[in-house]
Amino acid sequence: MVAADLSVILPEILLSVFAMAALLAGVYGGKDRWAPMLVWAASAAMLLIAAFIGLRGAPGAVAFGGMFVDDAFSRFAKIVVLVSAAAVLAMSQDYMQRRGILRFEYPILIVLAAVGMMMMVSAGDLMALYMGLELQSLALYVVASLRRDSAKSTEAGLKYFVLGALSSGLLLYGASLVYGYTGTTLFSGIVQVAGQGDISLGLLFGLVFVIAGLAFKVSAVPFHMWTPDVYEGAPTPVTAFFATAPKVAAMALFARVLHDAFGGAVRDWSQVIALLSVLSMFLGAIAAIGQTNIKRLMAYSSIAHMGYALIGLAAGTALGVQALLVYMAIYVTMNVGTFAFILMMERDGQPVTDINALRMYSRREPARALAMLILLFSLAGVPPMLGFFAKLAVWQAGLDAGLVWLVVASAVASAIGAFYYLRIVFYMYFGEEDGDEVETNTSPVLYAFLMGSAAIMVLGIANMFGVDQAAAAAAAVLVN
Amino acid sequence: MEEMLREYLPILVFLAVAIGLGLVLILAAVVLAVRNPDPEKVSAYECGFNAFDDARMKFDVRFYLVSILFIIFDLEIAFLFPWAVSFRDLSDAAFWSMMVFLGVLTVGFAYEWKKGALEWE
Repeated sequence: MVAADLSVILPEILLSVFAMAALLAGVYGGKDRWAPMLVWAASAAMLLIAAFIGLRGAPGAVAFGGMFVDDAFSRFAKIVVLVSAAAVLAMSQDYMQRRGILRFEYPILIVLAAVGMMMMVSAGDLMALYMGLELQSLALYVVASLRRDSAKSTEAGLKYFVLGALSSGLLLYGASLVYGYTGTTLFSGIVQVAGQGDISLGLLFGLVFVIAGLAFKVSAVPFHMWTPDVYEGAPTPVTAFFATAPKVAAMALFARVLHDAFGGAVRDWSQVIALLSVLSMFLGAIAAIGQTNIKRLMAYSSIAHMGYALIGLAAGTALGVQALLVYMAIYVTMNVGTFAFILMMERDGQPVTDINALRMYSRREPARALAMLILLFSLAGVPPMLGFFAKLAVWQAGLDAGLVWLVVASAVASAIGAFYYLRIVFYMYFGEEDGDEVETNTSPVLYAFLMGSAAIMVLGIANMFGVDQAAAAAAAVLVN
Repeated sequence: MEEMLREYLPILVFLAVAIGLGLVLILAAVVLAVRNPDPEKVSAYECGFNAFDDARMKFDVRFYLVSILFIIFDLEIAFLFPWAVSFRDLSDAAFWSMMVFLGVLTVGFAYEWKKGALEWE
């Protein structure tokens, strides 16, 4: 019995053992001198685990009495999480080493956060959910303040910690109400109580608190306040990490809780999610207009993107979850490329985050500027880039579920949001040089990620490499 | 409804006893205690710092390190105690879960030891 359970969570065990072995090796071995090696090892380990998850036997197992679910949905989310975490680690090595903040704990914390995210997307129980969420969050609080001597970085860590603790409190309060009104923490037990006609007022309160707690993690408005400050303060590779893997994990967890535990009460939560979605889209689109710091701008961009992705969740259908998963996969790919570009921006070896420094960038670096143009068009959702098809998928799911107003609102918001993406393009191609131009880091790794991500944005239109079929299979498991 | 309320009756009794006992102890102190105040005795209790002072003062971050380490091992004991008490009736799974937990904790302990978190100067 236990042996069967352990074989289901084998990927998580392997990754945790790797993290602990790396921690001991690091502290008893070469300390920070080994950090670059550990970064590559951690990156390779996460890719190996992702391949292992993708290639192992048929999904559909449940472990520890239903607390841990290994199905097509969790596998899809895990692979996206692990591959994006590995990509961000690979991108961060050069940047962090040159600024002297590459400690050997960094890759280990990222791996531990990834283990937490794997736990989150596989959670079949409120306690397993909370355990995964905290393992992920605690590791992220530390990496946010990795640059210990910078006031902004420590502020980012502290802010993230305090607001994260608040959101965990909300989530726990909601979970306790759900437990109180259903008598179980298992999703499979909750869905039986919540599926019988109208759900009781107490359970509804619990549901709303759980949604609020999770909305913090995906930075949906009105629970987004920490995002711009944390994105700006954290070292850029850490920001890149925040914008990718944790968002996928939190979104997958969101879908898991709402469909697995409250699948019978779609009417009750659909309107809450729709509200979060429309607020996020508009705040993300409008607040980013005034930003000149590209990291803050990407923070608002991610808030807006979470709004679009939530349309898929608000639809409450299998098509909606499929659209959500496709959206998150494309979003992560776009963000990896965009952050590879941001990591390249520097002047005299110091990182630059002001978008004014990009004036006439195309004249100096035409290839990189073109790649960034493709990525920005994709982020803005301009057809024919892949980002447009991501939006199209959630719009279809929204229309299919009768949320016409939400789809129309999101079309308006994306038109507003296009302004700030296109402004960067304008600076790169038409702006006037004013002597403060950005120089470019020539790291081949960053170049490869930028070009690869931009290429996917174009090539993905013809062939999504099976991502859409995998997402459909994953959604079919979750919603039935 | 009445059934449920009856279930909670012991809690009500407990509350009444707790409040009553608390009041009796406070009043007894007012009536019986010998009063011999000095500035240290009447000042508000604050561990290690002046109670009324500038909030923006410097203090050693090692205090926090020690207190966090204390909490971790404190919790370990909280887990170990019921485990040890019911040791005879434990299943293999329960035994080995605790061993894994202790193993993970030991990894952390080895790390902090080597990092020098346990050294005060």
